[in-house]
Amino acid sequence: MITIPYLTALTTYFSYGLLFAFGQFRDFFRKIFDWWQASNLQGYAPICLGLEDFYIRRLYLRIQDCFGRPIASAPDAWFDVVERYSNDYNKTLKRTEKISRCLNLGSYNYLGFAAADEYCTPRVIDSLNVFSASTCSTRVDGGTTTLHKELEECVANFVGKPAAVVFGMGYVTNSAILPVIIGKGGLIISDSLNHNSIVNGARGSGATIRVFQHNTPSHLEKVLREQIAEGQPRTHRPWKKIIVVVEGIYSMEGELCKLPEIVSICKKYKAYVYLDEAHSIGAVGKTGRGVCELLGVDTADVDIMMGTFTKSFGSSGGYIAGSKELIQYLKYTCPAHLYATSISPPAAQQIISSIKVILGEDGSSRGAQKLARIRENSNFFRSELQKMGFEVLGDNDSPVMPIMLYNPAKIPAFSRECLKQNVAVVTVAFPATPLLLARARICISASHTKEDLLKALEVISQVGDLVGIKYFPAEPKKQLQHQEQQPGKETIKLE
Amino acid sequence: MEKYGVGSCGPRGFYGTIDVHLDCEARIANFLGTTDSILYSYGLSTMFSAIPCFCKKGDIIVVDEGVHWGIQNGLYLSRSTIVYFKHNDMESLEKTLEKITAKNQRAKKLRRYIVVEAVYQNSGQIAPLDKIIKLKEKYRFRVLLDESNSIGVLGHSGRGLTEYCRVPIEKIDIVTASMGHALATEGGFCTGSARVIDHQRLSSSGYVFSASLPPYLASAAITAIDVLEQNPDLTSKLKENIAILWKGLSDVQGLSLASHPESPIVFLRLEKSAGSMKGDLRLLEDLANHALKEESVFVVVSKRSTLDKCPLPVGIRMFVSAAHSESDLLKACSSVKKVASVVLKDHIHP
Repeated sequence: MITIPYLTALTTYFSYGLLFAFGQFRDFFRKIFDWWQASNLQGYAPICLGLEDFYIRRLYLRIQDCFGRPIASAPDAWFDVVERYSNDYNKTLKRTEKISRCLNLGSYNYLGFAAADEYCTPRVIDSLNVFSASTCSTRVDGGTTTLHKELEECVANFVGKPAAVVFGMGYVTNSAILPVIIGKGGLIISDSLNHNSIVNGARGSGATIRVFQHNTPSHLEKVLREQIAEGQPRTHRPWKKIIVVVEGIYSMEGELCKLPEIVSICKKYKAYVYLDEAHSIGAVGKTGRGVCELLGVDTADVDIMMGTFTKSFGSSGGYIAGSKELIQYLKYTCPAHLYATSISPPAAQQIISSIKVILGEDGSSRGAQKLARIRENSNFFRSELQKMGFEVLGDNDSPVMPIMLYNPAKIPAFSRECLKQNVAVVTVAFPATPLLLARARICISASHTKEDLLKALEVISQVGDLVGIKYFPAEPKKQLQHQEQQPGKETIKLE
Repeated sequence: MEKYGVGSCGPRGFYGTIDVHLDCEARIANFLGTTDSILYSYGLSTMFSAIPCFCKKGDIIVVDEGVHWGIQNGLYLSRSTIVYFKHNDMESLEKTLEKITAKNQRAKKLRRYIVVEAVYQNSGQIAPLDKIIKLKEKYRFRVLLDESNSIGVLGHSGRGLTEYCRVPIEKIDIVTASMGHALATEGGFCTGSARVIDHQRLSSSGYVFSASLPPYLASAAITAIDVLEQNPDLTSKLKENIAILWKGLSDVQGLSLASHPESPIVFLRLEKSAGSMKGDLRLLEDLANHALKEESVFVVVSKRSTLDKCPLPVGIRMFVSAAHSESDLLKACSSVKKVASVVLKDHIHP
């Protein structure tokens, strides 16, 4: 859990208060100004009422150039960021033709499949010629090609479950599956920091939702006991079904979930476990099979495993893996299967080829190399950042590492300074994180080399000093005599 | 694909915006004549993300009963008050609008919407947009139009229902569409005024929290629109094909045509139902299987999920394409007639 230092909390509150007051002031003037000029929508209520878009207009627009930066090449280790300029104080941003080559620390490219790959890309282009870019119909009507069947078998094998079903988009997978497997009279217990797609799916299902404290199995047990004892809200009858939803790696914290304890608790109380491995599949574990392999949990204990292909496999889409009866039932009833266009054939081919590379079935050991590299890279980077005094979250072995910023003014400062030095980072603020806990999130990839990481460390350290986010004391530097010999240069000493 | 790889590896806010996305959005806005548009990575998620973005608890939404599941889910997630009106029936719509505005005098603060589809997926009817616009202006509602099956099909240059009914597109507040139908790629888009689009860039969950569209699909969309603009005879060929199929199928025994004569989805309904929806489905499946095995004609039966609340009857759907030739279509008509007379002989009116 993140504990924010007292002084930092005070200054952050103060900054937000100042921005809020300033925004209200400007809104007041805008209201007077609008009252002078009549608008042309008489009789209609405004499309955004009152404070709904206050945050967008007054706070977000000021730093809009830190988000949504367009790129002009594949999101590989180094990529081209398009420069933008604004004539009206960041309200609208216009593209220029200039691009700058930056180090990519923001894309979800864990195994380096984002760019054209020597094994995958020729096969993908072949499948594009044979099957065309889209099947133009739903899975049940005419959209199931041999590629789709092969893909489902491949995925089921890789994950370690009897059967799998594949959808065209990860977000829709969660939103459309949860309503199908649980309805009114069921109970969903989800982690407090679950992703928006799970929240949407849970709301759309009509079941009762309870939340347990992030990654705390003891609290989960308490909530389960309470809920089972009380039963359904008004009738107090026993629940029809209980599903506990957790994620493999939480994308905003970089933590792994405590899966063994959670699975044992669920077994004790006979609840189903739904594991969302969006970030962890392919990226952690000895052979890339995700959190279950890393933490030593048997895949038969997790009832439903869900994941997406966008992060480690460089494609798009989502899957659900489970027992054969479950998958059969889903194919009959799930709206995402019956109504939505099926996954695009080149994307499916990319997934199949990348799984083959990871498992080593293409004949080379590139898969094992990539997995080892990403583990080394993430552990190295995390330990170095912690030594420099940054507050870094996340467990070892996880390729996602957030650096805490807290103060709203530091968000654009960090982002813009890093971009000036050709390092592209991602900064996240409200509403994806709680209001006080803004952070910069770094995603390491297997295609980063040691030199890239060293350059990134240097730049981040410089900018960190400038912006003032080294909240923890840095470890004392070894080899002090080296530093005395080069007094003017700020370098980083590594062991 | 060699330049950008396959996936885009990130949501739109975090370096997932590739310049082809921006080009595609500009092209779509250009083609339809609006100020801006926003791309979603999946057709189904377009509707169920756009609706909760603008409709919150307490708003009133009047919607046709035959809309597809994506819209129904979006309405459920928005927690607004939902009122259904009879499928494609303008008098029922007027009565409902009258009832709502009469009841609610303090309706100044409430936002009111009408949601319709241009060509209904579940029945093939076409919504009479000019009448809807008149009602909208009289009662002050905003219109949300889903043009998934009408982009590229209706209107002489394929700009959709607004061109077909000769309504200027500025009168429609929000237009959404899925590109998986006529434009032959995946994904969806939403277009409207600049205020509407900008609001969605931060508050639409399917846009902010999900990875962006793979870049090769965005380029495919741009090329599709280019082709459509340069060859307007594609739309006229499609219309001819639809007319041929309609004429050929108007005298099939046991089935009746239930869709609009100009809709690209030709919907055949059973004249005498077999009792329950399950029974109907079984009969139709039988028909479809026979058609495929014996005649090599591939038609589909409309499927319903358990979550779908649509009360319209099920039937056989045939999708017409501009690539079909006249002989193909005539063969299809004769096969369907033959198979229907075999399978449905107990269910035909004497």
